[in-house]
Amino acid sequence: MPWNGHREITLQVNKADGNFSSAFCVLFRLNALRKFTGKKEYRTGEVPGENMTDPITWIANWLETILEGIGLPVGIMVLILTVLGVLIVVIFVLAIDIFLVWMERKVVARFQDRLGPNRVGPYGLIQPIADVIKLIIKEDTTPKGADVLIYNIAPVIALASVLIIWAVIPFTPTLVGAEVNIGVLFIVAFGGIGTLAIIMAGWSSNNKYALLGAFRTVAQVISYEIPMVIALLIPVIFAGTMSIQGIVNSQELWNIVIAPVAAAILLVSSIAEIGRTPFDLLEAESEIVAGFHIEYSGMKFGLFYAGELLHALTIGALFSTLFLGGWRGPFVEQIPVLGIFYLFGKAFLVYFLIMWIRYSLPRIRIDHMLNFNWKFLTPLALIALMVTAILDKLLTDFSNITYAVIMLVVNLVLIWAVIMVLRIYASGERKKVGELKPTANADAVLSTFGKDVSSAQETSGAST
Amino acid sequence: MLDEHWLYIGVFLVLAPIFATVPIIIPRFIAPKKPNPIKLEAYECGIETVGDTWVQFRVQYYIFALVFLIFDVEIVFLYPWAVAFDLLPLFAIFEGILFILILLAGLIYLWKRGALEWT
Amino acid sequence: MSFEQVVFILVAAGTLGAALLVVTTRNLIHAALWLIAALFGVAILFVFLNAGFFGVVQIVIYIGAIAILMIFAIMLTRQISSEKSARFNKNWLWAFFISIIFFAGIAYILSLWPEFGTTKPILSAEIDPVKQLGVALVSPQAYLLAFELASVLLLAALIGAVIIAWEQR
Repeated sequence: MPWNGHREITLQVNKADGNFSSAFCVLFRLNALRKFTGKKEYRTGEVPGENMTDPITWIANWLETILEGIGLPVGIMVLILTVLGVLIVVIFVLAIDIFLVWMERKVVARFQDRLGPNRVGPYGLIQPIADVIKLIIKEDTTPKGADVLIYNIAPVIALASVLIIWAVIPFTPTLVGAEVNIGVLFIVAFGGIGTLAIIMAGWSSNNKYALLGAFRTVAQVISYEIPMVIALLIPVIFAGTMSIQGIVNSQELWNIVIAPVAAAILLVSSIAEIGRTPFDLLEAESEIVAGFHIEYSGMKFGLFYAGELLHALTIGALFSTLFLGGWRGPFVEQIPVLGIFYLFGKAFLVYFLIMWIRYSLPRIRIDHMLNFNWKFLTPLALIALMVTAILDKLLTDFSNITYAVIMLVVNLVLIWAVIMVLRIYASGERKKVGELKPTANADAVLSTFGKDVSSAQETSGAST
Repeated sequence: MLDEHWLYIGVFLVLAPIFATVPIIIPRFIAPKKPNPIKLEAYECGIETVGDTWVQFRVQYYIFALVFLIFDVEIVFLYPWAVAFDLLPLFAIFEGILFILILLAGLIYLWKRGALEWT
Repeated sequence: MSFEQVVFILVAAGTLGAALLVVTTRNLIHAALWLIAALFGVAILFVFLNAGFFGVVQIVIYIGAIAILMIFAIMLTRQISSEKSARFNKNWLWAFFISIIFFAGIAYILSLWPEFGTTKPILSAEIDPVKQLGVALVSPQAYLLAFELASVLLLAALIGAVIIAWEQR
């Protein structure tokens, strides 16, 4: 991309670099003290956390100096600060998860022209807490013949795999849990572990419907992972790094403007990944009785449900960081804390969009769903990838505006071409279905039986 | 682990399951425990189960998993290519596109041969 | 005994323990799940070797795809847990000795290699190792041919999927 800072032109494969790089690593390890919140040398040159515009980093520095003052060894100090950082993120995310239950019920109610919970607390805000209390005091049954250890671990893994994704999402320019250089693949990896939880749940329930639901769910989730991973590749191309903070840093122009097709593919395949309508055949109450979590009740079911809602919000946060600019917004360079509000605002916007789609569309059949994925989304994603790759390379020397406009135009052309192809396909399908079938004609039917039947009908007609 | 970012992920990997287990352990102390055989039976819309819990496992599931595996490996190959994108000359892009085209051809072959049908 | 060493020993012991349980447990699904634990341990070991990319790729491919494929294959068989068949062969003592001898022999041959026991220089940390890997994958003097041949190999596997589907018709 033209406005990307990384333009190292010469790259030599370093063979004899041992001394330099090991010295660098020692320096880096000593610097580990200052970096547990993942702050980097910020572009304006100031040291972050100096004043209260960045309160969390300021608190981190202050804690650091206190712990240094006590005289703990370096390793223990880093460990304590890391554990604190993890606890803050986990508790924050779980608290938002509770809030999501309320939001879901209110929004579905409004879509269905009713009020939703409004008795328990102001506007029904205490309702999720009432739900949690109800789930906790429910009896904890394990069905007969179930594999007890796997049965109990499956909901834990389902929730934990969604929680871990929050470790790599950047909240502000200076606050990210773990700025690893493989952030995007990390998210794909732990999304994949969620499918494992589904198989474990379905298998260990000792129930035919659970097993069937688990197979179908896994088939759906793994199928839709392919276009999702391909669509995740396109922001990586633009940014030149897989680290999510790096991708947000490179988005002076939001990625959705230069790659709307990829954004749409990511959104659709993510909705299918989390198992929401229109892709929620697997927990369709009327068909497979809630799919792989039939035998789960009480808090274990609560964990599955909370995990599903949290996964939807995580998809929202992921989409906003990769395509909508993450923590970017007005004044975020001067006051980094605003980044959290921008990020969650965008994430809730995408979450609302996902709910809107859920409450407006019917669900689709499983063979339609799989056809849609393998015959439409995957080739489309691959073609979009190829087109984006070629164009990005051809246009690197152009200016920013020209680049953005050309990419947008090419994406719109691609969308138009796809709509044309779909129209041709749809008219072909309509012709097949709408052929006039021969209507049942009494004479035609009776003539196949022979003349005596028609004479029998005359006599019976005469008698009535 | 030479990097405290990975330490953060390691601690997260240990703490997240612990946080997720707490809501399961709490009911063990608070909730009533009154098991009886009817409650513990497998749920099949009120009808009793007949036979083992075994579902006719169609080979379609296995084929979809296999196709997914192959495309997953392909995309994992493409990630370093994408990360190094701005350092690469144009013909390296075409090499990557050749890689994608070979597998797109494979997908079209599967499609035409009918391996992607559900029934 | 630094913190890294302690964690490494724990992870390695966990991986080996899980691998042992894979081959000794009676229930096939449990064996698959212990395999997943062992693969996770290997991924953590990759991260220890400063190859975060390969650690994550290990989880994506092995646990996210291959383990699921194996579980599906296990579910194609009916006899998931056999309580009656013997777990150990009567030749297990001989097998144990022969594997110890093989291991000692391979370790000895490896120790004759001049660079055994030295640590390799770390890739320069200024440029992202994944970027270097990407450049190496498509440069003609590095691994370009292997890269393209990998795609042909994957194509062969796709055609294999068609053959499996064809036989079921």
